[in-house]
Amino acid sequence: MSATLSPPHSMPVGSHVSDRLSRKASRHVKERIIEALLFSAAAFSVFVTGAIVYVLVKESWVFFETVPLSDFLFDTQWTPLFDDAHYGIMVLLSGTLTSSGVALLVAIPLGTIIALYLSEFAGFKVREIAKPFLELLGGVPTIVYGYFALTMITPLLQKIYPDLPGFNLLSAGLVMGIMIIPYVASLSEDAMRAVPMALREGSYAMGATRLQTALWVVTPAATSGIASAYILGISRAVGETMILAVAAGMQPNLTFNPTEPGATITSYIVQVALGDLPHGSIGYQTIFAAGLTLLLMTLAFNLLGYWLRKRFREVY
Amino acid sequence: MQIPSTGLAAGVEGAVLKADVRDLDFYYGAFHALKRVSMPIHDHMVTALIGPSGCGKSTLLRCFNRMHDLYPGNRYAGGGIVLYPDDTNLLSPDVDPIEVRMRISMVFQKPNPFPKSIYENVAYSLRVRGMSNKSELDDRVESALKGAALWNEVSNRLKELGANLSGGQQQRLCIARALASDPEIILFDEPTSALDPIATASIEELIIELKEKVTILIVTHNMQQAARISDFTAYMYLGEMVEFGVTDQIFIKPQKKATEDYITGRFG
Repeated sequence: MSATLSPPHSMPVGSHVSDRLSRKASRHVKERIIEALLFSAAAFSVFVTGAIVYVLVKESWVFFETVPLSDFLFDTQWTPLFDDAHYGIMVLLSGTLTSSGVALLVAIPLGTIIALYLSEFAGFKVREIAKPFLELLGGVPTIVYGYFALTMITPLLQKIYPDLPGFNLLSAGLVMGIMIIPYVASLSEDAMRAVPMALREGSYAMGATRLQTALWVVTPAATSGIASAYILGISRAVGETMILAVAAGMQPNLTFNPTEPGATITSYIVQVALGDLPHGSIGYQTIFAAGLTLLLMTLAFNLLGYWLRKRFREVY
Repeated sequence: MQIPSTGLAAGVEGAVLKADVRDLDFYYGAFHALKRVSMPIHDHMVTALIGPSGCGKSTLLRCFNRMHDLYPGNRYAGGGIVLYPDDTNLLSPDVDPIEVRMRISMVFQKPNPFPKSIYENVAYSLRVRGMSNKSELDDRVESALKGAALWNEVSNRLKELGANLSGGQQQRLCIARALASDPEIILFDEPTSALDPIATASIEELIIELKEKVTILIVTHNMQQAARISDFTAYMYLGEMVEFGVTDQIFIKPQKKATEDYITGRFG
C-alpha cells in the first residue's frame, strides 16, 4: 500500500469529491427502498403460490375428513355426485394420462423434428418466416382447438373407425398434441441453437453429414434444454382443460383406451365449478382434492425437469 | 497441370507435392479475403502459415477442408487448391466437401471435444464413415490415442466425458479424433493458443512426430513455434502471400523486406 491515499476509481465523475468521507446516508435509504420494491415483487409471486397451496390443502383436508385417503387412491369409481358416491381419483387420472399420452406421442416426435429442421437444416429466411408461424400456433385459444377436435378431427377419425364415439380422448389428445408442438419445438430449437458453432465445425471437419452432426453432436449437447422442453410439454398436456372439456366427453371412465370418452382431472374441475353444487358440500370439496392431485403431478414433473437440467447441464 | 512457378518443390530434396494452392481468390461476402494466393504443400512436411491477425491465414487454412461451405455468403472466386495424387481441384463445385473432409482433417484453436466419452470422441470420425465393428473400433481408437500421446493418460478412463480432461489433454483428444480416420493432411488452426507453455510443448512435439504419418498445415501466431516445428513457412499479409520458403531461410535470410520486418518484430 502506498502512503498517500488516492481516490478510488469508481468515484463518479462530477460528484463532489471531498477529502473527507461524507456521511451521505440518503443514498443508502434510496437503495434500500429500491431493494424493498424488488423484493416485494419477488415475494408477491411466492405469496400467491403459497396461498394457492394453502387453499388447496385446507379444502382438501375437509374432503379427506369424510373420505379416507385409501378410497381416494384405490377406488375404481368416481361418482361423487351420485347417491352411492365413490371417490376414486384413478378414474380421472386415467383420463388425464391417456389424453396426455396421446398428445405427447404427437408433440414430442413432431416438435423435435421441427426443432432439428429449423436449427440445423433450414436457411436463415425459412427460419425467420417459419418460427413466428409456429409461435402463432401456440397462441390460438384452446377453446378453438377444442372445437377443432370436436367438429373436424373426430368426424375425420370416424371415417377410419366408424365405431368411434362422438366424444373421445383420442381426438382431444391429438389436437392437444398439435397445440403443444410449438412449445416443444420452440424451446428445443433454442437449446439446439445454443450449442456452440465450434462443436458443429468439429463434427463437419471429421467428415460428418448434416444429419450426423444434428443427431450425434447437436442433440446430445442440447439434451438438458430438450428435456426441459419435453417437461414443459408434459405439464401443458396434464393441465390442459378446454380441449378435453369440449371434445372428450367429461364422463368419468377408468380406461386407458383413447377411443373411449373420458373425464380428466381438469375437465372434472370445470364441470363441477360451473355446476350448481352447493359450496361446502362434499361433492364440491372433491375439486380441491382433484386440484391438489394435479398440483402434485405438475410439481413432480417440474422437479424431474429440474433434476434433468442439473444432470445434463453444460456438457459442452 | 504443372508444378507452380515458385519452383520450391523442385528445390528441396525429396519433397513431394501434396497440394498446391494456385491463384486462389476468396471472398467473405464483399470482402476480398484472399488475393491470388499461391503456395505448395509438401508431403509429410510441416508447413506453417504466419502473419498478423486478419491476414487471411486461417481463411486459407479453412479452404483446405471446405469449411467455408458451411456459411452462406462465402465464395471461392478463382484459382483453386489442387490435391495430389488425384490432381483434382478440391474447391471445384462438383467435388463433395464431405469427401474432402474425410481426407483432410482439422484441429481447432480451442479444444472442442464432443459431449461424449473419450472413446466416442475418437470413434466419431470412424462412425461417421459407417464403421461399427466393435473390435475394429477399439483397435483404431487405441492406436489414434497412442498416436496423439494420450493413451497412457486415458486408457483406464475411456468412458469418462472428454470435457473432464485438462485443456492440453482435450487438444490431444481432438488430435486423436482427427488421426483416427487416417487422413492425408491435418490442418491445425492455432492449436496451442488456448494452452499453457507445458501443454504447448507437448503438442509441438506431437506435431513433429505426426509428420511421419501425415502432411501438416499449421496456422500460428507464434513465430518461435513456426521456427521450431515447421519445414516450410508462408508469410501472409492483408490477404496476400508475401513470401513462401524453407523455414530456415525465411527466418534467417528472408527475401522480402516485409517478411524481415515482421519476423524481427519491427512490425505486427
